[in-house]
Amino acid sequence: MIDFLARVLPEAGQIINLCAALMLLLGFSMLAQRRILTLINLFLLQGIALFVSILVVAVSTKQSHLLWSAMITLALKVVALPWVLHRLIRRLSVKWDVETLLNIPTTMLVGIGLVIVAFNVATPISELSGTVLRSTIGIALACVLLSFLMMITRSKAVPQVIAFLAMENGLFFAATSATYGMPMVVELGIALDVMVGMVIFGVFFFQIRQQFDSLDIRQMEKAREE
Amino acid sequence: MNLTAFLIQIFTLLLAVLLAPALTGWVNQCRAWMQNRSAPSLIQPYYTLHKLFHKEVLLAHNASSLFRAAPYIVFSCTALAAAIVPTLSTDLAFSPAADAIALVGLFSLARVFMALAGMDVGTAFGSLGARREMLIGFLAEPALLMVFFTASLISQSTSLSTIVETLAQREFTIYPSLVFSSIAFAMVALAETARIPVDNPTTHLELTMIHEAMILEYSGRHLALIEWASSLKLFTYFCLGIALFFPLGISEADAPLQMIARAGVAMAVKLAVGGFVLALIETLSAKMRIFRAPEFLGTAFLLAVLAMLVRLLLETGP
Repeated sequence: MIDFLARVLPEAGQIINLCAALMLLLGFSMLAQRRILTLINLFLLQGIALFVSILVVAVSTKQSHLLWSAMITLALKVVALPWVLHRLIRRLSVKWDVETLLNIPTTMLVGIGLVIVAFNVATPISELSGTVLRSTIGIALACVLLSFLMMITRSKAVPQVIAFLAMENGLFFAATSATYGMPMVVELGIALDVMVGMVIFGVFFFQIRQQFDSLDIRQMEKAREE
Repeated sequence: MNLTAFLIQIFTLLLAVLLAPALTGWVNQCRAWMQNRSAPSLIQPYYTLHKLFHKEVLLAHNASSLFRAAPYIVFSCTALAAAIVPTLSTDLAFSPAADAIALVGLFSLARVFMALAGMDVGTAFGSLGARREMLIGFLAEPALLMVFFTASLISQSTSLSTIVETLAQREFTIYPSLVFSSIAFAMVALAETARIPVDNPTTHLELTMIHEAMILEYSGRHLALIEWASSLKLFTYFCLGIALFFPLGISEADAPLQMIARAGVAMAVKLAVGGFVLALIETLSAKMRIFRAPEFLGTAFLLAVLAMLVRLLLETGP
C-alpha cells in the first residue's frame, strides 16, 4: 500500500514544505489569538498539519514506523487532546477570557525576531542532516520558540497548557525533519507523557480555581505558606 | 513602439474602466443574496454614475481649486494603475515604464489627494476621514510592498509583467511563500478598498466612516468620478491578486488573438468567483473598531514578512 501511495505523491517535498509553512502560520495565529475556544481549534489544525506532513514523509521515504507515529499524532493531537480541552473549558466555563501580558502587535514583532533567530540557528544543522525535509528544521525550531513565547506572554493557565502542547508539536516536527523521527519506544513514551500530563493539568486547573477563584497564574506568586 | 502592445494596452485600459462598475454591482448583488435581501440589478452602479454625471455640482464656499482637481487626479491615478496590471496579456506598452513599486506609489498619490481634498473644506468629518484614511494607508503600504518583494524574489524582477510571466509559465509547484503572501494581500486589499472588516462602504453613520467621510462634501460629476475611481480600485486590486496568485490563463507576449479571448473568459470567471468570495467575507465578518485596524494590518505585514523569510529558507531554487 505504501508503494502505491508513493507513486501517487510525486510532489512530496512541496507538500511537506507547505505543511511546515502552515504550522508556522498556525503558530503565529495562536500567538495572536485572544479567545480560548479558537485557540483550541488552531491547536487542532496544527495537529492536522503535523499529521499530514509526517504521513507524507512516511509514504515518500517508505518508513513504516513513521506511519505509526502519524497515526498516534492523529489519535492524540487531532482527536483526543482537543476533545479533552473542549470539555475542560466547558466545565471551567472560561470560553472567552484570555489575557496577554504584552499587547499583541509587540508579541508578533518579537515573534518575527524569534523566527529570524531560529532560521539562522537551523541553517548549519540542516546542512548536516540528510533527510528530504532538512530545510524545515528552521521552521520546526521557530514553532518551538513561538510556543515558548506564548507560554511567557499568557497569564491564564489554559492557554499556557495549549502553548506547552503546541511546543510538543514543534519538537515532534523537528525530530521528524532532522532524523526521520525517534525510535518507536521513545515516541510511544512521549505520547503517553503528553496524555498523562493533560490529565494532571486538568486536575490542576480545578485545584487552582478552587484556591484562588481564577485561573490567573499570577495569583500563585502571592501564595505563601501560612 | 510595438503596435499590438499598444492596442492591447488601450483595450485593457478601456475594459477595466468600463467593467469596474459592473464588478461592484456583482459584489453588491452577491451580498444582497447572501443577506436575504432582494438584489439590485447588475448595472445599478452605471445608473448611479449616469445620475450623478447629470446632477449639478455644489461646492462649498471655501473650497479651493485642489478640491475641484482632486477627483480628476484620483480617477486618472487609479486608471493608470489599472493599466499597468496585466489582466489579459503581459504584453503591455506601459509595463516598461512602471513596475510594482510605482503601482504602490500611484495608489498612495491618489490617497494623498483624496485626504487633502477631505481636509480642504474644513468640515469635522472630512478631516476625521482623511486622518483615518492615512492611518490605514501607512499601515497597508509596507505590507503591500512586502507582498510585491516576495513575488519579485521569485521572478528576480519588480516589473509586474515579468513577475506574472514567470509565475504563469512555471510548471505547477506549490510555493508556501505565495500562500502566506496571498493571505497578506487579501487583508491589505480589504483595507485599501474600504471593505467590511476595516470600513463599511454602505454605511450612513458618519462616526464610523473612513473613506465615505472624506467624500461627504462632493456632489455631481465629482462624486461620480470618485465613485468610479473606487470601483476601479476594487477592480485593480482583484486583477492584481489574480495576476500574482492565480495567473493561469493570462497570455504572454506575441500570443494570437484567440489566446487573448481565452484569457478574457478566464479572467471573467475568476473575477466572478472573486467577487462572490468578497461578498462572502463581507457577510460573515463584522466591522472592526477603528483601533483594531492597526492590529489587522500589522498581521498582514507580519504574514508578508514571513512569506519573505519562508521564501529565503525553503525555496532556494528558482
